[in-house]
Amino acid sequence: MTDKVLDNAIIIRQEEIATDVYSMWLRTEQIADLAKPGQFVALYCTDGSRLLPRPISICEIDRKDHSIRLVYRVVGKGTEEFSAYHTGAQLRVVGPLGNGYPKKSKRALLLGGGIGIPPILQLAKELDSEKTMVLGYRDERFLEEEFRAQGKVYIATEDGSFGTQGNVLDAIRENGLDGEIIYACGPMPMLRAVKAFAAERGMECWISLEERMACGIGACLGCVCRSTKKDAHTHVHNKRICTEGPVFRAEEVDI
Amino acid sequence: MNTSVKLAGVTLKNPILTASGTFGSGQEYAQFVDLNKLGGVVTKGVANVPWEGNPTPRVAEVYGGMLNAIGLQNPGIDVFVERDLPFLAKYDTKIVVNVCGRSEADYVEVVERLADQPVDLLEINISCPNVKEGGIAFGQDAKAAAAITKAVKAVAKQPVVMKLSPNVTDIAYMAQAVEAAGADAVSLINTLTGMKIDVNKRQFALANKTGGLSGPAVHPIAVRMVYQVAQAVSIPIIGMGGVMSAEDAIELMLAGATAVSVGTANFTNPHITEEIVEGIKEYMAEQDVDDITELIGAVK
Repeated sequence: MTDKVLDNAIIIRQEEIATDVYSMWLRTEQIADLAKPGQFVALYCTDGSRLLPRPISICEIDRKDHSIRLVYRVVGKGTEEFSAYHTGAQLRVVGPLGNGYPKKSKRALLLGGGIGIPPILQLAKELDSEKTMVLGYRDERFLEEEFRAQGKVYIATEDGSFGTQGNVLDAIRENGLDGEIIYACGPMPMLRAVKAFAAERGMECWISLEERMACGIGACLGCVCRSTKKDAHTHVHNKRICTEGPVFRAEEVDI
Repeated sequence: MNTSVKLAGVTLKNPILTASGTFGSGQEYAQFVDLNKLGGVVTKGVANVPWEGNPTPRVAEVYGGMLNAIGLQNPGIDVFVERDLPFLAKYDTKIVVNVCGRSEADYVEVVERLADQPVDLLEINISCPNVKEGGIAFGQDAKAAAAITKAVKAVAKQPVVMKLSPNVTDIAYMAQAVEAAGADAVSLINTLTGMKIDVNKRQFALANKTGGLSGPAVHPIAVRMVYQVAQAVSIPIIGMGGVMSAEDAIELMLAGATAVSVGTANFTNPHITEEIVEGIKEYMAEQDVDDITELIGAVK
């Protein structure tokens, strides 16, 4: 079974959409055709001193144009390298990786915090149920228009410059938002709070985790998270984020 | 053109193996690599019972290399025998099982369980720098290394390869100690103990604080140590350490390795092991080498 490939992808276009946040469209026929919302790719540097691929979530999938959109923040030398490439540059990429979000026909709350916002965009586009999106930013907003095209959007900013002052949960409470299912991606403190919130309200909750990775395909056991039950693959209380995840049912993982 | 080599009585179709811990038990990489093309697959270390491994972060990149402190997480010998070995046994490649333990009895138990299994070679890991007990504790003391070698040899039905640590004063002395205790081969080098600190957070990059350094940064050390060990023992050597290309693999063979394991490079290119096998054939054609065994220890 081939569900992931190594491809030489071509950059169709790249732009900085907020300070240090870049949007890159990559033409990669096989990966675009296989990809699902919530999955990620591993992007290789061309500088040989940087050995490990960078795991980056898939923001959008254009199956007609066989391309995927990655929206990432420059956090180190690897992402800095990617941000310097222009249209036409070729990048080695493995993907799609991980499981992705399950698409359920339930009233949904889609929650994204910071650079955890991009991976829920493709999910928002593909969910055909009633959905409300809540986006949390530090200050500068990005991808807002793309989300507004998919339905009702609420925004929280940490500095209060727009929408609710605070985080996504503050925006949910301030606006009295509700749903049957939560899909979330964002920093760990946000995910812990979202997990607790969903548990209080008895809501089904799916969260996407990240961790330092090496192989990206499940072999090295570098990127595990604690699981509440013994995992069927590892036979210990660990799940591989790159393979069993990155999306987990909140109760499955000890975060 | 002959690319096969003989290692402790086992014929490998070519000298390229996978380094333990970087390749799982082959399933994950089988989507990218035709395992039939490899000399053998060296599995991730397996113990008598499941091991949870270390907390995360477990990996960190450094210039020209990486640090890992996985902590030998493994599902235990029962699952390995039921799930992983049958998968590998479907392929026309040699199976090398890496064995880890916290005590001599742990190693012996795993080796006994593997006696009637489709396993070609045993690689005994006495050199993992990331576990507190077992692992490197046996690999830094020549007497302890010899004792484990003897205990394992007494029950092993397959040839025994002792995997040596570079974190010692004299690796040749360690190799002589395990050779004298009956080892059929040695493999080296395991990773070098290192550390990385995040200067912005003023925190260790790894939860374990220290981790094993691998990747191209360690390759010259591996070449030097393989050469030193080759001068000191008469048993064959599996060389490893930062092999990123066919040239790197050939370098280790010229230094004295009979076979070569490819590890961290798998993370940089999941097709790399097959590409190195092809690259070796190209080198042989270019250099007019009819038999690859001519290269072993052939440095002038």
